Amino acid sequence: MPAPARLYAKAIQLMPLIAFTNARLLDPASQHDETGTLVAEGGKITAFGAGVAAPEGAQIVDCAGLCLAPGLVDMRVAVGEPGEEQRETILSASRSAAAGGITAFAMLPNTTPVIDGIAGLEFVARRAREAKLVKIFAYGAVTQGAAGRDLAEMGLLAEAGAIGFTDGTNAIGDALTMRRALSYARAFGKVIVQHPEEPSLAAGGQMNEGEISTRLGLSGISRAAEIIMLERDLRLVELTGGRYHAAHLSTAEGVELIRDAKSAGLPVTCDVAPPYFALSEIDIGDYRTFAKLSPPLRTDDDRRALIAGIADGTIDAIASDHAPQDQDAKRVPFAAAAPGVVGLETLLPIALELYHKGAIGLLDLLARMTFAPAKILGLPLGQLKVDAAADLVIFDLDRPWVINADAFRSKSKNSPFDKRPVAGAVVMTVVDGRIVHQS
Amino acid sequence: MNAPSAPNDEASLPDGLVWNRRHMLGIEGWSAAEITAVLDLSDRYVEQNRRADKRSTELRGRTIMNLFFEDSTRTRTSFELAGKRLGADVLNMSVGSSSVKKGESLLDTAMTLNAMRPDFLVVRHAQSGAPKLLADKVNCSVLNAGDGTHEHPTQALLDALSIRRRKGRLEGLTVAICGDILHSRVARSNIHLLGTMGAHVRVVGPPTLIPSSIDRMGVEVFTDLDEGLKDADIVMMLRLQSERMNGKFVPSPREYFRFHGLTSERLKVAKPDALIMHPGPMNRGVEIDSEVADDIGRSLILDQVEFGVAVRMACLRLLASTQKQSN
Repeated sequence: MPAPARLYAKAIQLMPLIAFTNARLLDPASQHDETGTLVAEGGKITAFGAGVAAPEGAQIVDCAGLCLAPGLVDMRVAVGEPGEEQRETILSASRSAAAGGITAFAMLPNTTPVIDGIAGLEFVARRAREAKLVKIFAYGAVTQGAAGRDLAEMGLLAEAGAIGFTDGTNAIGDALTMRRALSYARAFGKVIVQHPEEPSLAAGGQMNEGEISTRLGLSGISRAAEIIMLERDLRLVELTGGRYHAAHLSTAEGVELIRDAKSAGLPVTCDVAPPYFALSEIDIGDYRTFAKLSPPLRTDDDRRALIAGIADGTIDAIASDHAPQDQDAKRVPFAAAAPGVVGLETLLPIALELYHKGAIGLLDLLARMTFAPAKILGLPLGQLKVDAAADLVIFDLDRPWVINADAFRSKSKNSPFDKRPVAGAVVMTVVDGRIVHQS
Repeated sequence: MNAPSAPNDEASLPDGLVWNRRHMLGIEGWSAAEITAVLDLSDRYVEQNRRADKRSTELRGRTIMNLFFEDSTRTRTSFELAGKRLGADVLNMSVGSSSVKKGESLLDTAMTLNAMRPDFLVVRHAQSGAPKLLADKVNCSVLNAGDGTHEHPTQALLDALSIRRRKGRLEGLTVAICGDILHSRVARSNIHLLGTMGAHVRVVGPPTLIPSSIDRMGVEVFTDLDEGLKDADIVMMLRLQSERMNGKFVPSPREYFRFHGLTSERLKVAKPDALIMHPGPMNRGVEIDSEVADDIGRSLILDQVEFGVAVRMACLRLLASTQKQSN
């Protein structure tokens, strides 16, 4: 089986010798947490630990006790390029990711045109090379045009570097198509990522179905839309043995289903995005379109169940689910507004709320945003390890600040977290030993 | 020129009425005192509207723009008359043929109109929350004339006025709201208003047309019309809104009428003096039998239309008083 091809180019010049001293070195994979020095040369980690000294001639970055962890790996990012560059380009997404401490992300294929062929992957690779900031991987579409009918050329896409397969923001609604996708992807060792929402139950829906949707006069999406799709898919996983990943869970029952599937030994993983554990349907208030998501924000009980799922490891990964939308798509009546939230620059601080609240330990929390998603995608990233890529984030765990959407590097500002006070700020982002962001 | 009771002093509202709202976007959250203020003032305008000279000058010099993104002859005409009877200038924007068709966004349209300095925007829109979106951006008063399946506040107020003028009260009455609750903004506004005023509200309809968790809004839910009508003082029929339906919620109009159509036979379980209401336009033979709709002794349907003008005059007048304060 070919190793997953990386769709970025390393900087051509020789990677400098650099040493990060006086850092709180955090490696979730090995549960390593001690103050010391990390040395990188040629883009790779050459040594790290308490007893390590900065070598002669190295560029010294004194971390003054700040946290140094593997750079975040974000497994769910929508970019507007090609086709909707006014929302986000690969360059603006790269800058936004770097500012958020994300050193690698996986891009959804829902572009215009859809990435369902080699040309699309090559385009992304070229643009990522030009941006030269963070590592960008791309999913291939499961079906042609992500329309849910005929399988895309998954084998050729895998060969060309597709990191996995998904129809992205579209659910694979047809059971037979899903069965075949799960079976077929096995041959290439790739994961199928599903947007778990039964399309006919969700059709026309604007928010979670319940008292609030009734009061606001917005058509609801039943929680059953997610539950039914997960139940169906898990049966198909059982049938095919294919590797399955449920994206952005929103319901308590969804967490429960994945928990049971895992204990039954099925090859299943899942992720959640910060809005789902930091907000609930109440945050829609008086028709706030920035709180319109797909799947919709659910109840406070769901929110708590998702946090419990993150803490006990049922939820493998936290992904930003970055979905840039321009003003025209959000400054409209709620029913006409596009769903989604920009998330690259708020992933870390919102996730850190869980640590600050005592819901989860720091290393476990970082695991959900580093080596866990990397492992799902088969990437050798997200760890502090000698010979591993020197992809790092340095952050101040406690620094209080107020999120300001206007200051985002992303082209879009659609954040429900604007003006939210948070604790924990990215200070520096390093990719292959090269500083790509500094604040 | 005006009857002694008609309020005509721009500076203050009569009888110590207190009003603080700048917009009327929905009944949800209103106090009983606010509802009563509108109804009391409306009673005066009912008298004014029954005179030969129906015109007063309270809103002289003010401009009202009717901005109807959904067609409605009845409500638009009612607002137009209300404004004119108070002496305001009223413009009807026919949105269907304007720049909206050319792709201009709702907010751009509103901001353009706002720049012409109207005092009121009366907005009807097919999408819930559209008036709220406008109210956040413009500096005139926004009056919701019906938004999607959210609210239709003036309809609930005119319904309450119609009931109060016949029954003398709202408190303690049993009101059965029947039919397509799911797609009805009228039902939602009435549930808020009648509940706040102490009426017992029931919603009656086929389960597919009852919205999720509506019991949490303080109503009793019935799926059997006979049970829902039992001992009701007021029977409020709603139109089956086929145009808002995404797929079939009921198999056919024939079947709907069989189980949820109001006939004089069905009405026998209600109180003998029960009154019938309908916000219009009616689908005769679908949700209501003509015999019931046209029963002069029991039907409030024409009262509703008449009092609609008075209620809208009261709403405009009250909002004008806060504009005065804020200027």
